[in-house]
Amino acid sequence: MKQGRIRRDHTVAIAFAVFVLLAALGPWLPQWAMFIMTVAVARGLVVLGLLLLLRAGLVSFGQALFYCLGAYSAGALGRFFGISDIFVEMLVGGAVAAATAFVLGFLLARYRGIFFGLLSLALSMILYGLLVKSEALGSTDGFNILPSTLFGVRPGPDWVRYAVLVSAAAVALVAALAVHRYLNTPLGRLAPAIKDNEIRVEYMGASARRAVHVKYVIAGGLAGVGGALAATVVGHIDPEMAYWTTSGEFIFIAILAGTGNVIAPFVGALIYGAIHTMAYDLSPNTWQMTLGVALLLLIVFLPSGLWSAFSRFRWR
Amino acid sequence: MKIVNVTHGSFYAIGAYAAASMTAAWLAHGYPPMLSYAVLVVAAIVVAAPFAILIERVILRPLYSRDEVVILLVTYALFLILEDVVKLIWGVNPYFIAEPYALLGSFQVAGMAYPTYNLILVAVALFFGGGLAWLLHSTRAGKLLLAVIHDPEVSRAMGVNVGRYYLATFALGSLLAALAGAFTAPTVSVVPGLGVEVIVLSFAVVVIGGLGSLPGAAVGAVMVGLVRSLSVHYMPQVELFVIYFVMAVVLALRPRGLFSLAEPRKI
Amino acid sequence: MAIILDARSLCKAFGAVTAASEVSAAIEKDSIVGLIGTNGAGKTTFINIVTGYLKPDRGSIAYEGRDITRLPPRDITRLGICRSFQIPQLYGSLSVFDNMLIGIGIVLRNAGLAGYFSRRDALVPGYGEPAEAVAERILGRFGLLEYRDRNAQVLPGGARKLLDIALAMVARPRILLLDEPTSGVSAQEKFGIMQMVLEAVRAEGATVLFVEHDMEVVSRFAQRVLAFYDGRIIADAPPQAALAHPEVRRYVVGTRA
Repeated sequence: MKQGRIRRDHTVAIAFAVFVLLAALGPWLPQWAMFIMTVAVARGLVVLGLLLLLRAGLVSFGQALFYCLGAYSAGALGRFFGISDIFVEMLVGGAVAAATAFVLGFLLARYRGIFFGLLSLALSMILYGLLVKSEALGSTDGFNILPSTLFGVRPGPDWVRYAVLVSAAAVALVAALAVHRYLNTPLGRLAPAIKDNEIRVEYMGASARRAVHVKYVIAGGLAGVGGALAATVVGHIDPEMAYWTTSGEFIFIAILAGTGNVIAPFVGALIYGAIHTMAYDLSPNTWQMTLGVALLLLIVFLPSGLWSAFSRFRWR
Repeated sequence: MKIVNVTHGSFYAIGAYAAASMTAAWLAHGYPPMLSYAVLVVAAIVVAAPFAILIERVILRPLYSRDEVVILLVTYALFLILEDVVKLIWGVNPYFIAEPYALLGSFQVAGMAYPTYNLILVAVALFFGGGLAWLLHSTRAGKLLLAVIHDPEVSRAMGVNVGRYYLATFALGSLLAALAGAFTAPTVSVVPGLGVEVIVLSFAVVVIGGLGSLPGAAVGAVMVGLVRSLSVHYMPQVELFVIYFVMAVVLALRPRGLFSLAEPRKI
Repeated sequence: MAIILDARSLCKAFGAVTAASEVSAAIEKDSIVGLIGTNGAGKTTFINIVTGYLKPDRGSIAYEGRDITRLPPRDITRLGICRSFQIPQLYGSLSVFDNMLIGIGIVLRNAGLAGYFSRRDALVPGYGEPAEAVAERILGRFGLLEYRDRNAQVLPGGARKLLDIALAMVARPRILLLDEPTSGVSAQEKFGIMQMVLEAVRAEGATVLFVEHDMEVVSRFAQRVLAFYDGRIIADAPPQAALAHPEVRRYVVGTRA
């Protein structure tokens, strides 16, 4: 008995529509809005990677590692090489992070569940420790990043934010659609199978470890790009970016967004940014509590994230 | 109990704060300092217990049937909440109560002065560790607990009140954390964020020792402590992360920790 | 007849428990072999070793002359040896249809037809149809189409078994090892299921080994019987002879005929 629900995939169309809208309306948006959106794009990229891992049942508590690596790579480009092109920064950030993920993946892909989570956490804390002790990189103060340029041109102060936002959105669009396509390949579809029954996966002739390794590298690379982007838009880099609470924020957004769709991480990041800012404004001393309560409510009432509520609504 | 409990760190902090504030009040009132040790213990238990019971009954209980990842995230959310609750109750200023620590003085070991308090702590740790082991393996309640942990459904079918055991376990674990915080309070300044450091460290200890293994946790703790002290002494620049390095190395060699329990047959 | 699978002196011990002791068997191509024995006799251990889930302490296994002793399960599957499980191993939270699609997807991937840039509707090797059609066909053959969109974990016991076997057959194996294919299935249905499975598999030209506790099923379908006891093979003969063997009667079948 078929459930006569025809699921057509609007993701590609929606993604393009959002991008075009953003690019078109961008110049009229206030600076603070562009800032929030760019940060949301950065975080969304990290969470996009988390989504891949979550689908396979793996919760990484250490994406901050790659986020931070991406940021520091971008900063190092400016500090030591004088490069400040935003695309180069994102590319290098992503590449460094992905390479690191490739190496670490040999260890990490062997683990599941809580071991995977804690090991990833440990690795990000190792980076944190290293950075804090590193005088050359500014220790706990970190350092500032050069103002962004785009293809050799330094945009005027009014256009910088817009330029960064559109570049970021373009990268995000490509990333989201690439991941979307990946999720429709047999290797991408293995994720829920790995989560449910890894023995069966092995017995059907696929290597779960290899699949996890690949996903880890992709997630790391995405987080690196996000980190580089965040660094450019905030203008400052510090070791706090590798601290476990940063990873916790990404997890929060991932839960908020759910794993249903590649656009969800970005929407979730935007909403998170809003909640964070509101919570902080409401009461700077208890914003963590507000966050905790929000997370709790989400888990209890909307375990599949906001996106599931949205799609349930649409098909009613 | 097969749940990963980030809230554990919060109980550590609660214990530390409760002990610190009550002991400070005790001493300020001029009561005998020698009894301040009892105050530490009582304060921790009295304050932490209601929190533990409330959390387990109201929040955790309805969620046991879900994914283990869900519980992990729930305890993380609780941790965030409790961090601020602690700040609300006790404020953000640090608490110092050095008296219980200083009172016992120190004694000479191989030409160096070693604080007596620390030695007593070791004894206390051994007492609790041994006590817990005895409780689990030699008492009827303890053995039932092990059965419940292993398979709650079968236990329920045999008439064991699984809910009560879960509550007891969670409460016991949380109280131990609170006591740990209370005992550590005199040796450090009690500040916000106390829970953060300790939770990651204790996870490292448990992972190194092997999940679910008590002797493993003991060995893990000793290893972590030793490595930490050694690094502080010889290579201070790696002190912050050497623990995680050790954890990564241990897991690379013994994927389930040093003393992991045997895995039941799957196919 | 050609020997397709040659197990030589397999030994496996778990501490004090000897799961396999000098187990040797040369399986002929296209034969149907029944594995019998009490619980804990070593039948599943044998399958686990052959399929690479366990590594024997001593001994070797050769598949068409090639040593496969140390290979992991996924490589052994890719070579053409598949198995079903005593307790069905399914992807519980996915629908029956998705379970099949995943299996077929892996087959496509192993054939190099399912990379990032491949066609979405690539033809599955051996079937000549795209994945969805193959899934429908196999589910139809096993009578599972009515459960197509149900989650695997809510299936009744018999259907779970069938799905488990169906998944094992997706890759069109040369050797199929079935671990208790009819356990949990009602008495009337046992024969029907074995008939259906064997027909489907034999149409592809496969060798079948199956573990079975029901001696009637064994007598009816097996050409040869390996009787296990205490980690050893105590009889290796056609069904009638094996079931009449004194040790088999004593340890496995029961002396009351």
